[in-house]
Amino acid sequence: MAIFYNKLFRDILSQLIIVVLLVLFLWYIITNLLYNIDHRGITTGFDFFNHVAGFGISETPIAYNDTKSTYFDAFLVGLINTLIVSGVGIIFASILGLLVGVARLSKNYIVSKVALAYIEFFRNIPLLLQILFWYNVVLATLPSPRQSLAFAASTFLNNRGLYIPKPLLQDSFNIVAIAIVLAFLIAIYFIRWANKRFEDTGKETTLWPWLIIIIIGLPLVVFNIVDTPVIIDNPALTGFNFSGGMRFSPEFLALAFALSIYTASLIAEAVRSGIEAVTKGQKEAAASLGLNGYQSLKLVVLPQAIRISIPPILGQYLNLIKNSSLATAIGYPEIVTVFSGTVLNQTGQAIEIITVTMAVYLTISLSVSLLLNIINKKLEIKER
Amino acid sequence: MAVYEIKAERPAPSNLRGPFHWMKENLFATPMDVIQTVVIFLFLFWIIPPFLDWAIFNASFLGDTKADATGTGANWIYIKEKLDMFIYGFYPEEEIYRVNIVFGLFFVTVIFFKYIARTFTQKAFIFLIYPLMAFVLIKGGYFGFVDIPTDKWGGLLLTLIIASVGIVISIPLGIVLALGRQSELPIIKNLSVIYIEFIRGVPIITMLFMGSVLLPLFFVDGVEVDKLLRALIVIIMIESAFIAEAVRGGLQSIPKGQYEAADSLGLGYWKKMIFVILPQALKVALPNLVGISIELFKDTSLVMIIGLFDLLSMVHLTSNDSNWLGMETEGYVFVTFVYWIICYTMSKYSMILEDRFNTNNK
Repeated sequence: MAIFYNKLFRDILSQLIIVVLLVLFLWYIITNLLYNIDHRGITTGFDFFNHVAGFGISETPIAYNDTKSTYFDAFLVGLINTLIVSGVGIIFASILGLLVGVARLSKNYIVSKVALAYIEFFRNIPLLLQILFWYNVVLATLPSPRQSLAFAASTFLNNRGLYIPKPLLQDSFNIVAIAIVLAFLIAIYFIRWANKRFEDTGKETTLWPWLIIIIIGLPLVVFNIVDTPVIIDNPALTGFNFSGGMRFSPEFLALAFALSIYTASLIAEAVRSGIEAVTKGQKEAAASLGLNGYQSLKLVVLPQAIRISIPPILGQYLNLIKNSSLATAIGYPEIVTVFSGTVLNQTGQAIEIITVTMAVYLTISLSVSLLLNIINKKLEIKER
Repeated sequence: MAVYEIKAERPAPSNLRGPFHWMKENLFATPMDVIQTVVIFLFLFWIIPPFLDWAIFNASFLGDTKADATGTGANWIYIKEKLDMFIYGFYPEEEIYRVNIVFGLFFVTVIFFKYIARTFTQKAFIFLIYPLMAFVLIKGGYFGFVDIPTDKWGGLLLTLIIASVGIVISIPLGIVLALGRQSELPIIKNLSVIYIEFIRGVPIITMLFMGSVLLPLFFVDGVEVDKLLRALIVIIMIESAFIAEAVRGGLQSIPKGQYEAADSLGLGYWKKMIFVILPQALKVALPNLVGISIELFKDTSLVMIIGLFDLLSMVHLTSNDSNWLGMETEGYVFVTFVYWIICYTMSKYSMILEDRFNTNNK
């Protein structure tokens, strides 16, 4: 049969076989699924979103009522909690990771070795173990509210969580907000002006002291002129517990802490490998052009290091967001705990709930990939 | 006319070697370095001595019960008494020797594989016979061994089973997926891309929930799928996608000339891949594969959330024993130590591999 040696025929045939197998597989699964749904009397559809949830959630960043709110509200609370803990984790992991990554390359022996020990220790231990350790060992052994550890500026740490002063923004704060925006606009204008002057005349302007004065000074002056823009609500011990202020629960603290510390060790590696990937020749070339240390770092090393470091760092951010789902082990009410946990147990609609949860994470992942592609395009070496 | 005079010899610089010079160069080179060094030493002094006091100097090692603890530090008697739980879970005590045989056979197998087996057939035979023997010994039900249901498996044994079965089965699947992603055939390529990106985009825990809640609905009513098997299916699904990405990295590093050379020799697709492309691509991908294996080994701890008794879950289980309440700290420190040793060894091994395979490109 000569036709079997025809490439086009073989390509089509092999793909056809795959498609047929896949269809058969899906058909088998779906018939079983439909049979099981029917047989076990499982309700289907997304109507449950409008039903009253009727369970309490310990941390609700948006309005949520135990007896009136719907499952959709519970879903939103979970989603927002996921975003909050991921955002906090990303900020602290970035700061810590950058610090450790740069320390790893320090010429100071002990600094570099301590950074190495940090990286090798934390990245070789399962994240779940770290979360459980912070939650069950460190935070659980903190003293009760009456003996809380007190820090400066009315900050208290005890086994109910961390209490910090809460700034309450008053109406007059709007004027301060306008001043902040204005300061940034002025700063941008100055930067543009300085760039244009540099391109036209080749003269550099020392701008940064002025920028700092504008960005910090202007809002500060306005803040002091305006009549009480912010009232500070300090936490205070009343009876057996604290009231007022802002409270971070032990669940939140353990999760944010573990996520930041674990991810920082991976970000540090990305930072280090980015800086190390810039070859020695580049630094020597910069030196031979007469650039000083700071100029060489700013104009030659960092632009190349950032190009190499950004993709793995964004990948770690994405991992951090996905890893925040481990919260379910300690009961922090993020989307997996609230939605794939409590809501699933109450409604029993596993198919819909797991699909929605996965869709949420897929949306986040795809957005990050999209962002990564845009950044890669921007950072791409422009060859002429 | 200039007169040149020979200058007197200067003595050799005295402080260019020895510990003091080293410290001056590496610890106290600049004022900033002095500050950093002092801060770090103070920090280490604050952390390390109390930990050593707790873990060693004030710790209790001798005795059989909680009351035997004499020191104010860690109570390692608890680990000693519960060691069987940490290693074997609820595996019946009188059958534990079977697991030990499996552990022992592992080293025998490695020795046979590395030094005694010569041909490919022999190696393949050893590679296939070990899992079979391990299964028969651990599960039982054949040759007079008592059948031990999988819910009795636990501890380090379960962690190692999940990790090794997962990795061994996922590697071929991952290679196939990676080839699919690089394929010229549009349907195969797109299916592979969708699968890989889907798995990489969702958290492992949602996949495990899917396995424990949805998977039973996919089978004919009445078929009870073992809990461990469900977890394994999910883990293999996840790992193969991650391995596919590592293999793709290797495939992309192979220059086009290799493909063309194989084509011009008249090799078909599979011969070209198996004999020309994959041996080179896997060599490049190997360090990454080990890295992914470490990640996945750590992630096996997640099966605790769907109710399997792996090494990590043993901390909670054993410290809930009424004779040993409040021993969680010791448990977590011990389990941390075990995980760290395994992962760190693997990561060092991947560095050795990287060095070994780098040489021919230098």
